[in-house]
Amino acid sequence: MTFFLEQLIIGLSSGGIYAIMALALVMIYKSTGHVNLAQGEMAVFSTFIAWTLVQMDVPIWPAILLTVAVSFVGAIVLERVVVRPFAKADDLVVVAVFVGLFLSIHSLAGAIWNYEVKPFPSAFSDGSISLMDDLSIRAHTLGSLLTTGAVLTAVWFFFRYTRLGLALRAAADNHESSRLVGINVSVMLALGWGLAAGIGAVAGVMIAPVTFLDPGMGLAPLIFALAGALLGGITSPFGAALGGLIVGVLEAMVSAYVPYGIEFRELIALMLILSVLLVRPAGLFGEIVTRRV
Amino acid sequence: MKHALELNNVTASYGHGSILHGIDLAVPEGGVTALLGANGAGKTTTLRAICGMIETHGEVRLFGEEITGKSPEAIARMGVAHVPDGRGTFSSLTVMDNLRLGAFTAKKRGNFQRSLDRVFDYFPRLKERVGQHAGTLSGGEQQMLAIGRALMAEPRLILLDEPSIGLAPVIVKQLFEILDQIARDAGVSMLLVEQNSNLALKLASNAALLEVGNLVARGTAKELSQNQEIARAYLGDVAAEGAGA
Repeated sequence: MTFFLEQLIIGLSSGGIYAIMALALVMIYKSTGHVNLAQGEMAVFSTFIAWTLVQMDVPIWPAILLTVAVSFVGAIVLERVVVRPFAKADDLVVVAVFVGLFLSIHSLAGAIWNYEVKPFPSAFSDGSISLMDDLSIRAHTLGSLLTTGAVLTAVWFFFRYTRLGLALRAAADNHESSRLVGINVSVMLALGWGLAAGIGAVAGVMIAPVTFLDPGMGLAPLIFALAGALLGGITSPFGAALGGLIVGVLEAMVSAYVPYGIEFRELIALMLILSVLLVRPAGLFGEIVTRRV
Repeated sequence: MKHALELNNVTASYGHGSILHGIDLAVPEGGVTALLGANGAGKTTTLRAICGMIETHGEVRLFGEEITGKSPEAIARMGVAHVPDGRGTFSSLTVMDNLRLGAFTAKKRGNFQRSLDRVFDYFPRLKERVGQHAGTLSGGEQQMLAIGRALMAEPRLILLDEPSIGLAPVIVKQLFEILDQIARDAGVSMLLVEQNSNLALKLASNAALLEVGNLVARGTAKELSQNQEIARAYLGDVAAEGAGA
């Protein structure tokens, strides 16, 4: 039983990371209709920035906050310079742009920081916390779970209760109507990119102490996050976050209970994506667009 | 007479062809002005030109101030509320969020509750549906929401694009009664685009007739209802001529 609980907490902890990555994907998907394939690489790049700051003896938390801020601004610039010019292009062109972005950021990270695997310090203590007599969990696992939980709550609050959050939701729903009520959609799109990159950076610095840091670190989380987003519904922020958590738990359980499970856990994500697309294309909470005329 | 809106020699195009060939139109302050015409005459384009949704040349003046070439969001902030064709509600957002968005540009935020009460007064149905997603509303309710959203902005000028389209006659009748009430109460100026000329002329005090991108007649609603051109447009002869536009 304690083993199961341990696996559950570990699963929720990595699931929290997938959840905020999934949320980042949904934010951009809802406002542009495209999945940002470079989301994972952007998060890795952010994590390298945090790593560099830590190397310069900046304490970890200030380094993380600074990284989030830099990522926010960097993504806004990226949206303006690289993505915006293709706003009206065909879907396939946009996919090509995202693949290009993926490769460019990946290579740039490799060129700057090389491909050597680096340890990344946890933002929490290195020890373990004893929850029950025979159940102790690494402090980082719990801390990461709490951090991603806090990010999810903050994002939910922001979108649900603030004027800016409402404007962002409006811009994601209908560009033309947003402009007609006085919302600057162009600013909202850029802001959406900034926010997605900001929470992606949090995901990066939370996962790096577990997986270690290298330019290839972002691919698996992106695939798991995408599986989570599709499972919960890529049009539903709540569904996507929940989907991310489910995928994390599933990953942990398969690794723990299925023989050789740890070897093919990435296959689960893929199988999940396929089955969701087959059975329920809109995902568990996705809107199957209901419009009456 | 001071004008809420003035169009002088306005041309507009969608890139591949000109739709408006230099129209002059004046909307007096207060009351309803109807813009009539057959399908494809350029009525919707005229509204889109006014609110900055398409490239426009010539001169558009809002209460004397030139707004030609300004962005839609800037024009919205200056007090123009557009109820577009197809209603343009935010379908994945709740009725309440839609109304909140209407008030996005409202000058005084303290007026929110008062505006909301007023909208619910006109459209009690919306009050029952505040938590529902706009996309799940019936066509009539969506049109009410679109008009309610426009009112939330406390606009000086409302542009209405075919509010009757796709609605059952009994709903249309109710809707136009409420529009009449709004025009009387609020002192807001309205420019109404309608294919249903009969209906529009009953509501409007002034009217103009658009034919293939040109303004061919204008005057008081009474004058135009006795005009042969209107009878012709109303019978649909123009539709055949205008098909190429």
